[in-house]
Amino acid sequence: MNEIIESVKNLSIGFNSQKGKQISILRNVSTNIKKGETVGIVGESGSGKSTLALAMMGYIKQGLFPLKGECLFKSEDLLKMSSRQLEKIRGRKIAMIPQNAGQALTPNLKIGYQIDEALKLHTDLNKRERDKKISELLNKVRLPSPETMAFRYPHELSGGQQQRVAVAMALAGKPDLLLLDEPTTGLDVTTQAHVLELLRFIAKDTGTSMIYVSHDLGAIAQVSDRIVVMYAGEIVLEGPARKILKEPIHPYTYGLLKSIPKLSLSGLPASMPGSQPQPGSINEGCSFYDRCNLATDNCKKNSPDLEHIKELDTNVRCFNYKELINQNNNLQTSITKKSNNGEGNEILKLKDVSISYAKQKFFDQLLNKISDQNPTVKDINIDIKKGETIALVGESGSGKSTILKSIAGLLKTKDGQIKFENDRILSSNLKMRNPNDLRAIQLIFQNPDESLNPNHTVEQILSQPLKLYFNLSGEELKKNIIDLLKKVRLGEFYMSRYPRQLSGGEKQRVAVARAFAAKPDIILCDEVTSALDVSVQAAVLNLLQQLKEDLGTTYVFVSHDLAVVRAISDRVAVLYQGRLCEIGPSQNVYKFPSHPYTEVLLGAVLEPDPDIKPKLVAEDIVEEKPPEKGCSFQGRCPRKIGDICNSEVPPWQIGENGNAIRCHINIEELASLQQ
Amino acid sequence: MLLLILKRIGLGLITLFIVSLITFVGVEVLPGDACTTYLEREAYGAALDACIKRLGLDVPAYERYLDWASNVVRGDFGYSLSGEMPINEVLGPRVKNSLVLASVSILIGIPLAIVLGIITALWRDKLPDIMISTITIFSMTIPEFISATLLILIVAIWLGWLPGIVIIPSDATFYELLSNIILPVVAISMIMTAHMARMVRSSVIQVMASDYVQMAILKGVPYWKMVFRHVLPNALLPAINVVALTIAWLLGGVVVTEVVFNYPGLGRLVIESISNRDLPVVQALAIILASIYVGINLIADLMTLMLNPRLKSLQIRK
Ligand SMILES: Nc1ncnc2c1ncn2[C@@H]1O[C@H](COP(=O)(O)OP(=O)(O)OP(=O)(O)O)[C@@H](O)[C@H]1O
Ligand code: SF4
Ligand code: SF4
Ligand SMILES: [Mg+2]
Repeated sequence: MNEIIESVKNLSIGFNSQKGKQISILRNVSTNIKKGETVGIVGESGSGKSTLALAMMGYIKQGLFPLKGECLFKSEDLLKMSSRQLEKIRGRKIAMIPQNAGQALTPNLKIGYQIDEALKLHTDLNKRERDKKISELLNKVRLPSPETMAFRYPHELSGGQQQRVAVAMALAGKPDLLLLDEPTTGLDVTTQAHVLELLRFIAKDTGTSMIYVSHDLGAIAQVSDRIVVMYAGEIVLEGPARKILKEPIHPYTYGLLKSIPKLSLSGLPASMPGSQPQPGSINEGCSFYDRCNLATDNCKKNSPDLEHIKELDTNVRCFNYKELINQNNNLQTSITKKSNNGEGNEILKLKDVSISYAKQKFFDQLLNKISDQNPTVKDINIDIKKGETIALVGESGSGKSTILKSIAGLLKTKDGQIKFENDRILSSNLKMRNPNDLRAIQLIFQNPDESLNPNHTVEQILSQPLKLYFNLSGEELKKNIIDLLKKVRLGEFYMSRYPRQLSGGEKQRVAVARAFAAKPDIILCDEVTSALDVSVQAAVLNLLQQLKEDLGTTYVFVSHDLAVVRAISDRVAVLYQGRLCEIGPSQNVYKFPSHPYTEVLLGAVLEPDPDIKPKLVAEDIVEEKPPEKGCSFQGRCPRKIGDICNSEVPPWQIGENGNAIRCHINIEELASLQQ
Repeated sequence: MLLLILKRIGLGLITLFIVSLITFVGVEVLPGDACTTYLEREAYGAALDACIKRLGLDVPAYERYLDWASNVVRGDFGYSLSGEMPINEVLGPRVKNSLVLASVSILIGIPLAIVLGIITALWRDKLPDIMISTITIFSMTIPEFISATLLILIVAIWLGWLPGIVIIPSDATFYELLSNIILPVVAISMIMTAHMARMVRSSVIQVMASDYVQMAILKGVPYWKMVFRHVLPNALLPAINVVALTIAWLLGGVVVTEVVFNYPGLGRLVIESISNRDLPVVQALAIILASIYVGINLIADLMTLMLNPRLKSLQIRK
């Protein structure tokens, strides 16, 4: 167990800036990977974790080059090897599992071929043995019917299956070291939990060492023996997983852990101010100085070294780490929020809403009707109160965004009505809505990069709605823009910036400001924090909550992340395949009795705690279409009671704590089953 | 799949039908008719009557269209005005000449373009790329008539290696043709190859930067194997449509080159028949060129469909 297989020594990697300056994005990184050990590398986007992981395979991305140091694999420096030598090591000694298997599998080659290619390169098996081995590998990663699977093309598999194929491919060469770069990011919660479980099993079964790169401490916590925390290209903390997650002694790690929303806490997570410095902008002092609440003058002038603390078996880069020892009980706290418990009038009602993506047949088009017996979204009934935050949760394909789009008027409903204020029916066609209704309902998108025009300055972006809805101009326009920026905590000088000159969090704030510019009654938030790092996510969540408390705005908040939903929402609606499963006040939805689907989702949540393992109760198969009749969850339900689930739509049952569950199992019985 | 092919063929036929209608109607609504335009100042009295009679302009327009169209379907385009000979006889040698010019250019130009594109992409920003890219950008920017004229000046006049102007008897053998078309082929290939090489280059570069190529490298796949199995099939797929457009352009559109070299191909025939106001020939050419475009694009789409596993299985599943 103590044999070191790969050792990184004083590694710096950088690039030449346009001005000809040498800028390093990895600075003096050293670490060791032992045999059979799984090391998690965690850090915010841009902290250099992928660059480090790739360098450990001797691969330097185009445009970058090593400045200093070495990567020793079994005491040979990978960075000095010829490509011929590297080909012999890659895949055979060190294998890689990529972030997005969908894009990492060559689209024109069958799965079987791609695995076979690895086998041919790295083993001496003959054709027949290889074919057998392919089945074995596909079986090992628990893919259904391995024989036919080998003849499929990558795009014919679901995201989780593609990731499994990537694992099988990496295992083909029986590597000593497996590198995983965000292998579960972008997968559904349940799929993610399954893939992690598989990886744990493989690590134990084969004794392979693993390097697991992720921004998600929840995933890291599930697999790692040891954790390396990176910040701005440096290692700031390194030690045994349990110690790092439960007693972090670096202010950055501490703040990071506090900014993760947790299922057990109902308030908002604490946010860390500021953002990670850009490569090249770090001159002297500690790189975390700007955001650190323990910083002293010493930190500004001198940069701390990575210090080894023997009794904790930990390396830490901080002058004042001692102040954090024994502070850990503070980790389990959150900011309490003012919640809206059902006062106020109803502002938006969805009544029997169904939405279909099916192409209209020619004649139906003439008659202007949609004839789809099995629409993507069906029978949605939700009444939303003024000033409340209602969340829609569910896996991908559950129809969350579809519902948002039709509230916004971007998608036609097939049946049912959307009623706004005083039961006035809103047209499902954007063009038929009156300007005031358009102003009253605003949308914030998942990805600010796509929703902000890259050629407009922040001032131009924010002045559009102000001009359009309120006819402002001149001084008054400017004053309003500054006010808006202040609301989202951005200074006046941001007015002349372009989106590319903003960080992810700043961009999303501009998007929030743009939505609020219209003084809307309702804001539809579509996965607004999923593209952000946790520390930034916490800041955006707090900002949204603050604005709501000040202005009384209503939010419809769509997310796949149950912990985020728990933190921000007053009420939660759980959707599966476009059908409502459960709806109720959020503190109740997170308590049993729950709908079996809610139970599955809650079980799959990854907490940043090595002692809380996800419970895998249902298979992570994907269903392409909702079932024609019966319960929408019948295909995957672990508590299915029989034919009645396949044939009859289950009734709504109201539990004693106010949440409504749609299941054939009696609600008291569910409660006792879920004890 | 079969249904899809039939659908595409049907669409192509409809396109052709519309083109024929448009050209026919266009000719109809122009002031004057084929006879007045052709006879110009002599368009009166007996000459005009005879012409009208000969062309059958005295029957209603729709009847004439039906008549004309049914003949075209049978492969008969009627008579040209100027030469007063069957259009098929006018067209025949031209089509052959254009085909020869196009196929020689294609056989040389396209493989060359692909090879150059791949070389420049794989040695990106290195010496081979810089050299080839400079040349391709250079030959892309010079207009055809200048490069063609320069070629004549240098190779034909200064060096005297080849004839500057093509003189082909209508019954020329393939061999005679070949020695005559070297210069036009070079002039055409320069531009065509340059454009396509640039396209192939950017397509290969894009695929080289993809996650799956990075993955193949990290899997330990040897460099050339990776290039041939993982990169090229994916990079060249989008090139099929460009190749198709180029071929169609070669068959009908190399007007400038044909004029400069006096090459008797379809492009020059278009110019000639328009300036002679030979409306029946113009109509025939419109139909032929439209069929070439439709046909070649159809083949290209079907090939893309066959080669792209994504589209293929989509079709099968439906
Ligand atoms: N080819 C390149 N040229 C210049 N800078 C680069 C290049 N590749 C990455 N960088 C920069 O290096 C830094 C580290 O990048 P890296 O991809 O390692 O980050 P990461 O921690 O993996 O982030 P993420 O979570 O977003 O994947 C970033 O600031 C990035 O902008
Ligand atoms: S060295 Fe100073 S600024 Fe840096 S993390 Fe420690 S306390 Fe904060
Ligand atoms: S109705 Fe049946 S299938 Fe649906 S959730 Fe309840 S037990 Fe499961
Ligand atoms: Mg990364």
